[in-house]
Amino acid sequence: MNKREMTLTINGKAYARAVEPRVSLLDFLRDDLGLSGTHVGCEHGVCGACSILFDSVPIRACLMLAVQADGHDITTVEGLCDEDGAPGVLQEAFQDAHGMQCGYCTPGMLISAQALLAQNDDPGLEEIKEAIGGNLCRCTGYVQIIESIQLAARRLREAGQ
Amino acid sequence: MNQDPGRNLHYVSTKRRVREDKRFITGQGKFVQDVTLPQTKHAAVLPSPYPRARILSIDTTAAEALDGVHMVLTGEQLAVDCNPIRLGLKLPEVKWYPLAVEMTRYAGEWVAIVVAEDAYIAEDALELIEVDYEPLAAVVDPEQAFAETNILVHPGHGSNVLYHGHFLWGDVDGDFAAADDSLTFRARWGRSSTVPIETFGALAHWDEGTEILDIWASIQMPNFVELLASTLGYPLNNIRLHQDVDVGGSYGVKRGIKQSVLVAYLSRKLRVPVRLIEDRLVNMAGGDAHGPDRIFDTDVAFTNDGIIKSLQIRALDDAGAYPGRAPFQLAKPISAIVGPYTINSVKYEAISVATNKTGQVPVRGFGQAPTNYMIEAAVDAVARHLGLDRLEVRRRNLIPSDAFPYQIPSGSNYDSGDYHMVLQKALDLADYDELVQRRDKARTEGRLAGIGIATCLEPGGGNNIFEYLMDPTAEITTFMEACEVKVDPQGKITGMMGTTTSGQGHETLFATILGEELEFDPDEIRIVHADSLSALPTRSPVASRMAIMLGGAATGAAGKIKDRALAIAAFNLAIALEDLEYSGGTISDRNDPSRKLTWAEICFISYRAYHKLPPGMEPGFHAQFVFQVPGGGQLPDAQNRVQIYPCFSFQAHIPYVEIDPGTGRVSVLDYAIAHDCGTVINPDIVRGMVIGGLAHGIGAALYEKFTYDNEGQFLSATFADYLMPSVHEIPDVRDVEHCTPSPLTSHGQKGSGEGGYLGAPAAIASAVNDALHPLGLSISELPMRMSKIEALINNGSK
Repeated sequence: MNKREMTLTINGKAYARAVEPRVSLLDFLRDDLGLSGTHVGCEHGVCGACSILFDSVPIRACLMLAVQADGHDITTVEGLCDEDGAPGVLQEAFQDAHGMQCGYCTPGMLISAQALLAQNDDPGLEEIKEAIGGNLCRCTGYVQIIESIQLAARRLREAGQ
Repeated sequence: MNQDPGRNLHYVSTKRRVREDKRFITGQGKFVQDVTLPQTKHAAVLPSPYPRARILSIDTTAAEALDGVHMVLTGEQLAVDCNPIRLGLKLPEVKWYPLAVEMTRYAGEWVAIVVAEDAYIAEDALELIEVDYEPLAAVVDPEQAFAETNILVHPGHGSNVLYHGHFLWGDVDGDFAAADDSLTFRARWGRSSTVPIETFGALAHWDEGTEILDIWASIQMPNFVELLASTLGYPLNNIRLHQDVDVGGSYGVKRGIKQSVLVAYLSRKLRVPVRLIEDRLVNMAGGDAHGPDRIFDTDVAFTNDGIIKSLQIRALDDAGAYPGRAPFQLAKPISAIVGPYTINSVKYEAISVATNKTGQVPVRGFGQAPTNYMIEAAVDAVARHLGLDRLEVRRRNLIPSDAFPYQIPSGSNYDSGDYHMVLQKALDLADYDELVQRRDKARTEGRLAGIGIATCLEPGGGNNIFEYLMDPTAEITTFMEACEVKVDPQGKITGMMGTTTSGQGHETLFATILGEELEFDPDEIRIVHADSLSALPTRSPVASRMAIMLGGAATGAAGKIKDRALAIAAFNLAIALEDLEYSGGTISDRNDPSRKLTWAEICFISYRAYHKLPPGMEPGFHAQFVFQVPGGGQLPDAQNRVQIYPCFSFQAHIPYVEIDPGTGRVSVLDYAIAHDCGTVINPDIVRGMVIGGLAHGIGAALYEKFTYDNEGQFLSATFADYLMPSVHEIPDVRDVEHCTPSPLTSHGQKGSGEGGYLGAPAAIASAVNDALHPLGLSISELPMRMSKIEALINNGSK
């Protein structure tokens, strides 16, 4: 099948790739670029395991074709770490509050929470629920995930003072 | 083997980070889909569109001709080369092959598999396969299946009944005759499951040089490798399951045996690695991962004071087309058949039937969640019948705290507990009196409001003896778990476990207990997952067992490590063992602490100085421990009484709900839970499991269902149809712990992975029925979806 040339930025790094037009953005990230932190859950846009930031907006990578990302800026869970690979404030908070169990939905949760906290470092409970309302988790019942986001928000506020 | 309960714990029960989390927050988890091998080919499967059909022909020519396709396999060919997958019960005419042979038995059953260069091409090729079907009438309703003589799911078996057993414990007829009153009710548990966010996947690579089949799979299953070997006809030691794969949720269902057989077979045929990752639609329809689907008809005998004397239970369970180990989910509940209550006698009729639906697998609690829902419905029914308070009826029937160990009619000895106290803690946390006022105020304002009250027992530790109750040729009396602990020449400690982990934090558990016992910082202890050829015996993390069983094995192995260190010190210091003291790896003379051997010295002697080892001691420094289930090892007595599970955790659930009378929508507005799983190893892990299980139970109670139409067509292949709870459906759960240590385990721990799921459906049903009570309505069928409640309210139909 014919491939199309495209360029895009992922986690701050520029990529130029040729990709089949029918390949999903999710498969492109995982299979072509080896960014396996973005997970495959339902491939019909419900579970949120494949959430990424697309020009800073959280979207589902399973519902977009790779070629549609041409010229855009993407952040995956790997990009939430700093340049040395150290976890950021949000990630640390998820670990401290054990906001996960099996870890499969975790990258998507982190992406949705990151998008929230980038806009609002003092979110209320309903705002947090709204932010992760499109991310399914089967393990936790969400309580420790919410607590993780609250902990991260508090730390971000404290760091900002 | 419970150690000194008064001793000072350094790591156990302390809030500490969960070590598994680090790889997940950075996107570094290694799930099966992340395992890559050079030259890997990709498989996709073709599902049957018909619930029941004869396969007249399959034409794979066009699919095979597609560029990039390596092979198309059908059931006819596979059945020549493979054995049927072994079932739990011995049902020789129920033949389960990974691909349908001659006929399809449920909508979504796999008919063919394609291997291609990538998954896109494989899926393209599926569309080129021509299957000629002759559709046949299907049997969908389990009661019809039970009575049916014409439409047989497995004609060779002669009926649709896979199992039909009768159990009697105690004088049921006498207790019913002597009781003041009795009532009969039906309770229906709907077809749902655990539905992990990761589907099932497997990657296999047959290496002709070593004659080893390497397999990576999203697996949580006892006997997986044995089943794979028996299906493929391989010697067991030709298969190496890699267990260092993160499993993206399981809660019982990640069994994937047919998937794994397929990739193994194809890899050997094609001499390349082959992987199959189910997509969501394939997983929901044909992944063979549905849960119990059960009808209870129960008679309850009781006194006018609400004391329940006896139960007669008939449970009819729909195992779907291929039962696997599903029928045994009728047997585990025997271990807690009276729940936490002092019920004197029980009659239990258990029936498993085949229907033209997706096969059933073990789901969180292994049948205990439906049974607990039925038991709690019985208590509520008695209270309602007598006009007594539900709480008071429970208090009158709960086993008192001074009665432990308490033997129930079916033979289980409940190890320990304080059920009244845990219930009280839940009531206090819920602020029960206030909650009643809130409900009553809501009612005066015209809203439908209800409080749920439910308790549950969580049998933990696992044992296989329930199999013998259903099949007396299965004399299996152990369900062991093992580990190996190595101390290396630097003195660093590595623990090797023999299973995968799927979110329960086993690595943290194992390191915490080793750290506690050997007095080393758990963060400095490495934990690895041995592959199946290297691992010691394991029965996998089913049955709320790993804290009990891996905890027991770890404690045992640590004890051997300490004993060895002490023996080396006694020999080298010429001091009697009883005068030596172990502290953080250093062995010293109790009477003269300056006389000591350090950990480094002991390690040096072990690896380098044979002349300093006690005579006859092997060099090196490691220990293995295989832990038998506490209290296990016995066959049932003549009355079918046996200790199936060693430990019994307990929970009390108090939810508050309101129902929108216009739409029937149930909102869970508040939820208090008190739980007692004995000693907690890691508080964050236990709390997460409790609340996560509870959320799963809310799903089963209100939303989740695999729906089939009357013809057997499957209607719930997407998340948008199945309805798993999002964060909006789960309330802000408040939880409180209680601890009655188990006398049977290393640190007093019990299981905690299932209880939330065992109690929540009963509690939510209790709350919904409390809300409907003023209307004179009730519901006894899960899930209680809003459409059903709306119809009930607005048609008044029961």
